Amino acid sequence: MTPMVDAQNVYKSFGALDVLRGVTLSVQPGEVMCLIGPSGSGKSTFLRCINHLEQINAGRLYVDGELVGYVERGNVLHEMSLRKAARQRRDIGMVFQRFNLFPHVTALGNITMAVIHVKKTPKKQATARAAELLDMVGLSHKAHAYPAQMSGGQLQRVAIARALAMDPKLMLFDEPTSALDPELVGEVLEVMKKLADDGMTMIVVTHEMGFAREVADSLVFMDNGVVVEAGDPRTVLTAPQHKRTQEFLAKVV
Amino acid sequence: MAAAQGNLGRVPGDEVPPPPERIRAKPLRHPGRTAWAAVIVFSLFLFIYGAATNAAYDWDTYFQYLFDQRFWQAAGITLLLTVLSMVLGVTLGVILAVMRLTPNRIMQSVSWGYVWIFRGTPVYVQLVFWGLFSTIYPRLDFGIPFVEQFFTIETAAFAENVFWLAVIGLSLNEAAYMAEIVRGGIQSVDEGQSEAATALGMSRALALRLVILPQAMRAIIPPTGNEVISMLKTTSLVTAVPYTFDLYARARDLSVETFNPVPMLLIASTWYLLFTSILMVGQHYLERHFARGASRIMSDRQLQALADAEDDNLLKDAK
Ligand SMILES: Nc1ncnc2c1ncn2[C@@H]1O[C@H](COP(=O)(O)OP(=O)(O)O)[C@@H](O)[C@H]1O
Ligand SMILES: [Mg+2]
Repeated sequence: MTPMVDAQNVYKSFGALDVLRGVTLSVQPGEVMCLIGPSGSGKSTFLRCINHLEQINAGRLYVDGELVGYVERGNVLHEMSLRKAARQRRDIGMVFQRFNLFPHVTALGNITMAVIHVKKTPKKQATARAAELLDMVGLSHKAHAYPAQMSGGQLQRVAIARALAMDPKLMLFDEPTSALDPELVGEVLEVMKKLADDGMTMIVVTHEMGFAREVADSLVFMDNGVVVEAGDPRTVLTAPQHKRTQEFLAKVV
Repeated sequence: MAAAQGNLGRVPGDEVPPPPERIRAKPLRHPGRTAWAAVIVFSLFLFIYGAATNAAYDWDTYFQYLFDQRFWQAAGITLLLTVLSMVLGVTLGVILAVMRLTPNRIMQSVSWGYVWIFRGTPVYVQLVFWGLFSTIYPRLDFGIPFVEQFFTIETAAFAENVFWLAVIGLSLNEAAYMAEIVRGGIQSVDEGQSEAATALGMSRALALRLVILPQAMRAIIPPTGNEVISMLKTTSLVTAVPYTFDLYARARDLSVETFNPVPMLLIASTWYLLFTSILMVGQHYLERHFARGASRIMSDRQLQALADAEDDNLLKDAK
């Protein structure tokens, strides 16, 4: 089976700063992977590389068997055209720590915008699907509310619905609950759990160890731009092998 | 509204206690403000009285010429100059702003250089230059430089069309200001917005059109409103081209004709003021349109709907 994400020795640097220094991991279809690690270890950068918001400098990165950001002809890599890159991105959903909802349109408008203008789905069909998704995240009554009129937890659930509306084959979550008041974290995790149960392939950067333990199929601990330890979440969380993992978990839990 | 908010704190199954008596406080007095207002209103009255009785204003002539065909035709031309120059100026301004924000260094420099020149020199001087265009460039050759010419335009013919020279002069100058306004607007939009749009598979152009510009509008509209009003008045400089059919030129012509300049200037001012007022109303509605979603404040209707929804929930919980 082709892995959904296959990272082989991925390097990424910003100028002189090496952020990813040989990340190797793979995510199978239907797998939920949680990515943990100290701040600045390169977790966000890795997610951004997967949907080509950043271009990698070395190694190979495949999504669903297709090279990300480059086209390989013969033995030579060519930078990918902007159009093809956009085409790749629409199959990958991304949820941001700060929601990044579009404030000038309603919840419904947020969900349908790209479906109508990028996928060219007829408006009526897009709206019907958006209504279903709003129902799934429990926000049918907020369809016509603007982002400024919603709570953080509601915003993040709309953001998840917005990403799902594109029918992605892979969902990336970058600390989806870190900007939320504690009492709002649960409602977002619940939606994510529902997604995982439905078989969505997900990579989740998170500090919610409870979610990692219950929902994730695998757990990866990153530090300093490399994967330090990976495996079954319960094993890694209860019996971390590596010293850096032990230190990190001692601080977080 | 007060009643609606009172409902939100209710606990299901509770007896609802009667609300306490509504506060009816004595309003705070501001004697200082009242005194100042009286002084200002009285001064204003003196000025209006003086103007009405001052023979130099010659109100009879003012009313005689106010709706004179020569005036409203010139007013129409001034309006047309304003609208055309603004439409072209805004369009070019948006293009320049987008050029300035592309990663392409050459585009950036061209845009920067344009703004440097057109904002850095007086519009009056620029208009004189446009009037001299056919003297500076008698012929425009189209073709492959130094190799072959396809066709040639004699500029003298199109230089006769002074109206369009005025429009070109005004709009190219305006584009420099609009470029800066639009650029500021685009940069005021949070970076996460274009990131989210990109992640959804939108192209740069689509993201700009659907996500960035509509949000930038909130920052762009108020200064653009100023620009329109400023443009309306700057049209009085087209005499530099020289173009002489606009409102101010007409007021000067009629001043000479009637030997009575003051009422003519008053009439021109009245027309300018009328257009400015109409523009202000338009700006108000545009601002309101692009403020959508900008506020947490809900309309009375939204608040009522929310209160009703809460009531429904309470009923359901109680059962
Ligand atoms: N666009 C960028 N330019 C320069 N440095 C960056 C950029 N993005 C991230 N970094 C740096 O890369 C490092 C890793 O960042 P990040 O991937 O956000 O870490 P994490 O998400 O694990 O906290 C940090 O030191 C950060 O400052
Ligand atoms: Mg991060």
